[in-house]
Amino acid sequence: MQDSVVIKPFLRLSGLEPLVIRPETNFVNVGERTNVTGSKMFARLIKENKYEEALSVARQQVENGAQVLDVNMDDALLDGVLAMTTFLNLVQSEPDIAKIPIMIDSSKFEIIEAGLKCVQGKCIVNSISMKEGEAKFIEQAIICQSYGASVIVMAFDEKGQADTKERKVEICHRAYKILTEQVGYDPQDIIFDPNIFAIATGMEEHNNYGVDFIEATKEIKQLMPLTKVSGGVSNLSFAFRGNDHVREAMNSVFLYYAIKAGMDMGIVNAGQLVVYDEIEPKLKQLCEDVILNRNNDNNEATESLISFAETVKAKGKENIKDESWRETSVEERLKHSLVNGITDYIDADTEEARQKYPKPLDVIEGPLMDGMNVVGDLFGAGKMFLPQVVKSARVMKKSVAVLTPFIEQEKEDRKQAHLAAGTINEEAAGAPKVLLATVKGDVHDIGKNIVGVVLGCNGYDIIDLGVMVPADKILDTAEKEKVDIIGLSGLITPSLDEMVHVAHEMKRRGMKQPLLIGGATTSRMHTAVKIAPQYDNGVLHIMDASRSVTAVSTLLSKEKEPLIKKTQDEYEALRTQFLNKGKKSMISYEEAVITKEYFDWKNYSPTKPAIEGTKVIKDFELATIAKFIDWGPFFIAWEMPGHFPQVLSDKIFGEEATRLYNDAQKMVEQIIKENWFRAEGVIGFWPATSNNADTVTLQTENGEIKLESLRQQLKKAVGQPSYSLADFICPKELGTDYMGSFAVTIHGAKKHIDGFNNDHDDYNKILVQILADRFVEAFAECLHQKTRKEYWGYEKNETLSNEALIREEYKGVRPAPGYPACPDHTEKIKLFDLMNVTENIGIELTESLAMNPPASVCGWYIAHPQSHYFGLGKIGKDQLEDYAKRKGMSLEEAEKWLRPVLE
Amino acid sequence: MSDIRKELEKRILIIDGAMGTMIQRYKLSEADYRGERFKDWHSDVKGNNDLLNITQPQIITAIHKEYLDAGADIIETNTFSSTTIAMADYEMQSLAYELNVAAAKCAKEAIEQSGKQAWVAGAIGPLNKTLSLSPDVNNPGFRAVTFDAVVEAYYEQVKGLADGGVDLLLIETIFDTLNAKAAIFAIKKYFRENPPLEGREVLPIMISGTITDASGRTLSGQTLEAFYTSVMHAKPLSIGLNCALGAKEMRPHIEELSQIASCYVSAYPNAGLPNAMGEYDEHPTDTAHYLEDWAKEGWVNIVGGCCGTTPDHIKHIADEVKNIAPRQLPVVQKELV
Repeated sequence: MQDSVVIKPFLRLSGLEPLVIRPETNFVNVGERTNVTGSKMFARLIKENKYEEALSVARQQVENGAQVLDVNMDDALLDGVLAMTTFLNLVQSEPDIAKIPIMIDSSKFEIIEAGLKCVQGKCIVNSISMKEGEAKFIEQAIICQSYGASVIVMAFDEKGQADTKERKVEICHRAYKILTEQVGYDPQDIIFDPNIFAIATGMEEHNNYGVDFIEATKEIKQLMPLTKVSGGVSNLSFAFRGNDHVREAMNSVFLYYAIKAGMDMGIVNAGQLVVYDEIEPKLKQLCEDVILNRNNDNNEATESLISFAETVKAKGKENIKDESWRETSVEERLKHSLVNGITDYIDADTEEARQKYPKPLDVIEGPLMDGMNVVGDLFGAGKMFLPQVVKSARVMKKSVAVLTPFIEQEKEDRKQAHLAAGTINEEAAGAPKVLLATVKGDVHDIGKNIVGVVLGCNGYDIIDLGVMVPADKILDTAEKEKVDIIGLSGLITPSLDEMVHVAHEMKRRGMKQPLLIGGATTSRMHTAVKIAPQYDNGVLHIMDASRSVTAVSTLLSKEKEPLIKKTQDEYEALRTQFLNKGKKSMISYEEAVITKEYFDWKNYSPTKPAIEGTKVIKDFELATIAKFIDWGPFFIAWEMPGHFPQVLSDKIFGEEATRLYNDAQKMVEQIIKENWFRAEGVIGFWPATSNNADTVTLQTENGEIKLESLRQQLKKAVGQPSYSLADFICPKELGTDYMGSFAVTIHGAKKHIDGFNNDHDDYNKILVQILADRFVEAFAECLHQKTRKEYWGYEKNETLSNEALIREEYKGVRPAPGYPACPDHTEKIKLFDLMNVTENIGIELTESLAMNPPASVCGWYIAHPQSHYFGLGKIGKDQLEDYAKRKGMSLEEAEKWLRPVLE
Repeated sequence: MSDIRKELEKRILIIDGAMGTMIQRYKLSEADYRGERFKDWHSDVKGNNDLLNITQPQIITAIHKEYLDAGADIIETNTFSSTTIAMADYEMQSLAYELNVAAAKCAKEAIEQSGKQAWVAGAIGPLNKTLSLSPDVNNPGFRAVTFDAVVEAYYEQVKGLADGGVDLLLIETIFDTLNAKAAIFAIKKYFRENPPLEGREVLPIMISGTITDASGRTLSGQTLEAFYTSVMHAKPLSIGLNCALGAKEMRPHIEELSQIASCYVSAYPNAGLPNAMGEYDEHPTDTAHYLEDWAKEGWVNIVGGCCGTTPDHIKHIADEVKNIAPRQLPVVQKELV
């Protein structure tokens, strides 16, 4: 059953939880504050033996979005081995910190080894190098490998630390060869630190250090694509110590370019990174000049940045931030706070917005969602990093917290009003439950949280299981809590497989709830092709949070089944489209025949049709037909997509749709009363057998007629049959089956179309045209029902509503030549001959085999309860040749008729 | 001895069941445990099952033989506690090396008696002291043992097992990954210092962790994938799970492992969860059906039983999976494509 699993050469680390660094990971930020050389506070806490408080520094880094924790105890006044051991042992007892991998950072190898002895997860050693020669380097690398650690190799050799691009690349490459060829390191476990040095120091020889790093990174990644590049970012702006405003801008600009060049991770202060797009333009440009060493002859760029820095400093440390954004509109201010993660004004701004908007919910759906969308866009474009996004989410939560009491109050007011009026308050009857979870292996939940907030605000009871939730937990909870809908979220690609798994498990458990799929990497196509086929009770891809409300409310209404059905149809079309794309994925025709669909014919006794041969139906009652009209396609024809009847109350075009519907109703009445149309049809039934391949033989009064089908040939998942209509008819050696055919038409429309045309009344012209189509489809539906209950009689007791008919809940199918299951129009000729269609009811076939009048439908009746509709997809040359032979056509002619399904 | 890798490509191999459950059936007395050699030992030794490798080797061999007859391809040495650290409970630290050598001999003797092809896996247990957890709730940074001491204890065990002639090394019932990392460290160190003879390879390592409860984590708090990531530097022959859970509870974890493991996957669950009396009472056919399901799903390469399982369980398991193809090794890519 299982396709073979593929394991990719990603860097895989672990704390209590795994961290897999994939090409799309963008940037891994390593928390730097648990470093005695970089953080005075942390150093003081360690020296004073205040380990509990030191742990809170680590916790803060994690909360601010650090994905790896750098720990450094290199201080002359400390027993480094003891401090490292003590601190790491304590970290292991704090699951909220220990969940992320540790980077053990020291220039003394005995401290590194002491650290490695304390950590169960897969660590990063920071760092080893060849500064003491190859022998020492190899020895240390072997030890690191014995502990299962990844290593950072610093670009440092016997001659010293590399400062130029060439030296950086050369040393890294030499280390790479030693590690992979002599020590046996996997390339993906090697991380290079090509040295970030301070720039804009005033010394001209330092000016190109930024460029050297960036270009070396580019070359290292090209030369050794599986390795990673890391660096201590703060070093870069060392010359501007004491001026955090300028330093943060420099670091941020540098990262922007270094990440573009391929830098994978960096040691940063996870709580302090300005958003690249938010740096004031002047400062950003100055930073770019010094980092990229532009306009820097005679230190010009450096001088400019220094003098800019002076002005910032002169304003005083407290006031260096630009507060002009406070002057803008409340919407802009909320957005600014969200994007920049500022909580200082959020309460007041939220309150102001609440008073401005009619309802507190409007604030969430309006300005707050707008702001979060900007955050999402910037993150997607690599201009914001995870820690910043985490801060944004926090601002969002704070704002929602301000609004929540008012939302609750509104609910309460409604409840009281209902009580006073003696009416039923639906809200009190236990809100519908929606379960949300980010699937196992994924930690991204901003999108999911937004969905939770929005749905929560709309009165649903949200059960949020958080992130990294295994399938079993999701489904156990869903069952225990009797939730109404399950929503899965995920941002990274592997989450997609996990969602497939959850859907699969839902089917295995026989669950009923609809499944919503959302998150950045999810797509309609993936949902249609991979997830939806796993689960039959509704899988819907939700594009964004704003759409979740409509989807959920529909799924909880009586429109649930139509929505699910409509979605399934859409997905089926997408699957066909997807199948058609992949050229390689085709099986031979021979194989396709072998993998045909098998029904249990032995336990099936076909019903003999009540009518033998053909039956002509003239002047069928229009009023009866009208009851079978499916109004959905009517509105789609008018480019008003949506379900009927919700389309009538659609926010945008509801009013227009209602007007149109009223006009149509009036015209339908007139059509019936004044007999504008004449409905005529012919049906016929014959004994039929299949040949275990694609030919069906009908026994008619004039002898045998052979019908030829086409068979799916695109490669499908293991165990999925290759469909052909012939599979739905009993093979000859197993008994005799029956098959029917029908043709229906609406005469009389043309006269009225022409009449309106002459009056230049386009509106009514189109209306009558579309209605003629609706009538003929409804007639086909109506006749099919009569066939099931009466003319053939294989489902005498059927009692399906029109809605159920529209959802194709009836047994058997009526595929039409020229449509997805049997795209060859030339089979229509046989159908017309069989029933003398042209003579009997006056439908003519054009030379391209279109039917005239245009409001005509013809097709086959198949009764087997397991028969179903499907799309053929593309077929191969081998089938084309076989088909041409069966049809007695030349290859060219067959090609002409089948072109749309040929590769 | 044919290469186990070749056999693993062809079929699902069977690993034996519980040793303790079987020893209990012999209802041995304190005197039986002591035997002639330790009749004057200064502390009680009843319950020191590993001691039987020296004092009642015929019993251990007979149990191995029962499992081989039931269909086991891999038998585990009776050395779960044969380390200086675990033997301290009986003040028998000095016997650690000897116990391992003796245990390997019992297992090899049983294979010879059975006349079939089978492999001896030197069992390396988890220790009664852990490196990631503090035994003192008021002092979370405290550790009852050091990494170096654990490496030393395992090194001696590995030496005993290798000298005794085992075919594989099985680090099992891992509930603290750091202990397992110490075992891996010891094995690597042993083979660096005692390289195999020309033309022979170092002993393949099998790793089997323990998910302790429904949270899906090890006792030391790691998720399954984190655990797997932490031990992959051993480049093991197989990774798997055993103990703590019955097959029913272990199912989702084995499925996950089969998706992420680049090596073979093993699974030997307990015979269900203990009943109110603390006994395992899952019927052999039930255990076997669970494992058959995993085999059919294509998740496993090596299956067997842990606590509470008997030769009868192993026989049923072997019968159910014998015609099912083993899990295919994943494609391990060397480049990003």
